[in-house]
Amino acid sequence: MSYTVLAVVGVAAALVLDLLVLRTRVVTLRAFWTAYAIVVFFQLVTNGWLTGREIVTYDESQILGLRVAFAPVEDLLFGFSLVVQTVAWWVWWGRSGGSGDPSGAARPDQRG
Amino acid sequence: MLAFCLLGTLPLELWLGVRVYRQWRRLLLTLLPVVAVFVVWDLYAIAAGHWDFDPAQLLGVVLPGGVPVEELLFFVVVPTCALLAFEAVRRVKGWPAGDE
Repeated sequence: MSYTVLAVVGVAAALVLDLLVLRTRVVTLRAFWTAYAIVVFFQLVTNGWLTGREIVTYDESQILGLRVAFAPVEDLLFGFSLVVQTVAWWVWWGRSGGSGDPSGAARPDQRG
Repeated sequence: MLAFCLLGTLPLELWLGVRVYRQWRRLLLTLLPVVAVFVVWDLYAIAAGHWDFDPAQLLGVVLPGGVPVEELLFFVVVPTCALLAFEAVRRVKGWPAGDE
């Protein structure tokens, strides 16, 4: 599978984990999207450094070729998947550690 | 780059009181599945040649499967910093996250 395909699968898997498996629904949280906006800014800076200096290089045949700040656009999907999975597990462990109601009343929706 | 991320987010823990490092057990349990998934992805990507690293710009410590130690550190540092950002936003804005 190409990096492009894997990156899309990675995002889908993260969403399944968050919405269906752990049911943490972090992608419906304003706190998540605000934090993600901060994270993605720093991702562009640090990833730009890593790819601009060619510390990391990519096989051009495995990516679309569209680049943002030197890095393949696929890296943004990779990073998004990483952040979603991380925050979902974090919230999940925070729940199971406490005695709070995990059924979760509707959260204010805020999509990016 | 990794040091920049850690140092840049350290004030969030120290002065904003976001309590990510202080919940080290929860942090560890969060990192375990995430690191596992992304190391597998990395192993596949390296084997398939999706990405490659410049040996001259690495520490030189390579884990089994050709994974530079920086990659493993990346999968620990980046999620940790993301959690620091998430907890900082919650703390400042008072928004719910579902684990209250």
